[in-house]
Amino acid sequence: MSTDQNQTAPNAQPMIDIVGLNKWFGPFHVLRDINLSVAPRERIVICGPSGSGKSTLIRCINRLEEHQQGSIVVDGTELTHDLKNIDAIRREVGMVFQQFNLFPHLSVLENCTLGPIWVRKTPKRDAEKLAMELLERVKIPEQADKYPGQLSGGQQQRVAIARSLCMQPNIMLFDEPTSALDPEMIKEVLDVMVDLAETGMTMIVVTHEMGFAAQVADRVIFMDAGQIVEQNTPDEFFNNPQSDRTKLFLSQIL
Amino acid sequence: MTTSPFFRQPNDMLPERAPPVAMSGIIGWLRANLFSGWLNTGLTLLALYALWLIIPGLLNWAFFDADFAGTDRFACTGTGACWAWFDQRIDQFLYGFYPDEQTWRVNLALFLILPALAPILFDKMPGAKQLRWFSLAFPFVATFLLIGGFGLEEVPTNKFGGFMLNVTVGLAGIVLSLPIGIVLALGRRSKMPIVRTLSVAFIEVFRGVPLITLLFVAAILLPIFLPSSFSLDLVVRVIVVVTAFASAYMAEVIRGGLQAIPRGQYEAAQALGLGYWRMMGLIILPQALKISIPGIVNTFIGLFKDTTLVIVIGLFDVLNIGRTMISNPDWLGLAVETQVFISLFFFVVCFSMSRYSVYLEQRLDTSKH
Ligand SMILES: Nc1ncnc2c1ncn2[C@@H]1O[C@H](COP(=O)(O)OP(=O)(O)OP(=O)(O)O)[C@@H](O)[C@H]1O
Ligand SMILES: [Mg+2]
Repeated sequence: MSTDQNQTAPNAQPMIDIVGLNKWFGPFHVLRDINLSVAPRERIVICGPSGSGKSTLIRCINRLEEHQQGSIVVDGTELTHDLKNIDAIRREVGMVFQQFNLFPHLSVLENCTLGPIWVRKTPKRDAEKLAMELLERVKIPEQADKYPGQLSGGQQQRVAIARSLCMQPNIMLFDEPTSALDPEMIKEVLDVMVDLAETGMTMIVVTHEMGFAAQVADRVIFMDAGQIVEQNTPDEFFNNPQSDRTKLFLSQIL
Repeated sequence: MTTSPFFRQPNDMLPERAPPVAMSGIIGWLRANLFSGWLNTGLTLLALYALWLIIPGLLNWAFFDADFAGTDRFACTGTGACWAWFDQRIDQFLYGFYPDEQTWRVNLALFLILPALAPILFDKMPGAKQLRWFSLAFPFVATFLLIGGFGLEEVPTNKFGGFMLNVTVGLAGIVLSLPIGIVLALGRRSKMPIVRTLSVAFIEVFRGVPLITLLFVAAILLPIFLPSSFSLDLVVRVIVVVTAFASAYMAEVIRGGLQAIPRGQYEAAQALGLGYWRMMGLIILPQALKISIPGIVNTFIGLFKDTTLVIVIGLFDVLNIGRTMISNPDWLGLAVETQVFISLFFFVVCFSMSRYSVYLEQRLDTSKH
């Protein structure tokens, strides 16, 4: 798949625009002068050593973490303390977590219809129809009536992806979606994500699956110590890294 | 020893087989559970011996050697229990001083508890949705039936007594303390300092004071402090303090449940765009309450038994009725009989709550197939 079909005109409004972002946990400066602009339909992979602030960065985008300096604009809406903006952005942005975070007291189908019914006010029947379509897409429609505790890790993560997609988001954030999975299950989740990428979803994926990065990413971002150390096309990033820090990291994980 | 290399082709993988039939039948069960090994057998025999010692004596006392008829205790000539008071006094045990010709109202209210409780206890029951309206209306219906007004003869609450008083106070406390406890638990975890402080203050004050003290406050001090034009019925005051007391415990039980919910559940709910109340109502509380069931039922049971403490402010709950009866010359000294009877009543109610909570926990368990 070529990347140029997804290239947008340079003057098009970015889907996500992060300017001069700084964040502290107490005295600890966890994000430092982050600038990042994501075009519609762009797929970005973020990697970096543990503790470098990858999760914190993407969690700032849907306000699971509050930032202290700089601005984050998502699809034209700026993240401020205004709850209306936060709600609007969360409706647009889906998120998939490392630990799945499915709701254990609800069936798979109910997990998927909860957001549409209560947030989007979709009639129950339509929400169920949509949920079944998406469960179909992540290849587990037959599990609809089970509870999360009865599914394998890979199945749970695919349900989590379907649950996010049911909100019909414009942007999907993935925070190490396969790190808690066994090798055989990693593939089934990555396959779903590759499919999703092909539909033109704007995606930011924190992962160390470099095969996935090479296959679908338009851009790879390497973070260390709370800052962006290097960003480039996957091709350049893997074959011709510039920063010594990147080279060290790649030598360790490849 | 050598291990020979081994492999399986896909076409000779082992097929699925049915599980082995469990060792079944009464004999099998007995052997597996009661007589497996010396220690277990010894304990079983010991328990049987203890039962053999206790049960016949108990049955003799309660039934075979007991007297059932008579107008006073002197009619009881057997060596067993004297149940002769039952006939004359059971109405008082049940209804206190509620007017005789009006006791049907108490019975009706008691009976209506069934349809009111059913849709809450068994929410998969057909028609549960419609009946739930009745559940909501029930507290008002019951209050109307018990107190009267609007054409029904009014019965002042100082006529309330016996089991009926225990059940009224207990049920009102149970129905009110759960929602209040939830609100307090959420308040205690709130980020808003005023809400949090008020919740903590309420919980600590009511949990840190003996219920008897609170009852005295309700009975004696409150009327002094409240403006005289604003007089609250004594039974209502009792319900208020019992509820406040139980709510404080309830809040801490539920807070324990809330703390067991992983942060990821909040984050997933927020990421879907759910606001605070929906997140709490749809995601967090259902899970937290489920974990808290044993503690909640514990609090309910404690509350129900604590309703007997109203004896200290002179209300005639069932314990006080019993005490009064056995100081009457006709029935002097029948303490054991009345206590056994009253205990049985409390045991049946509390044990039912306990069994129901076991059922509920099983039904809400979504981790099994
Ligand atoms: N709520 C918090 N309070 C204080 N410190 C935090 C908090 N969350 C994260 N941190 C710290 O911020 C740093 C960045 O955390 P973050 O989770 O963003 O790292 P990460 O790059 O996602 O790492 P990993 O690959 O291990 O997931 C870490 O040093 C972490 O200890
Ligand atoms: Mg992380």
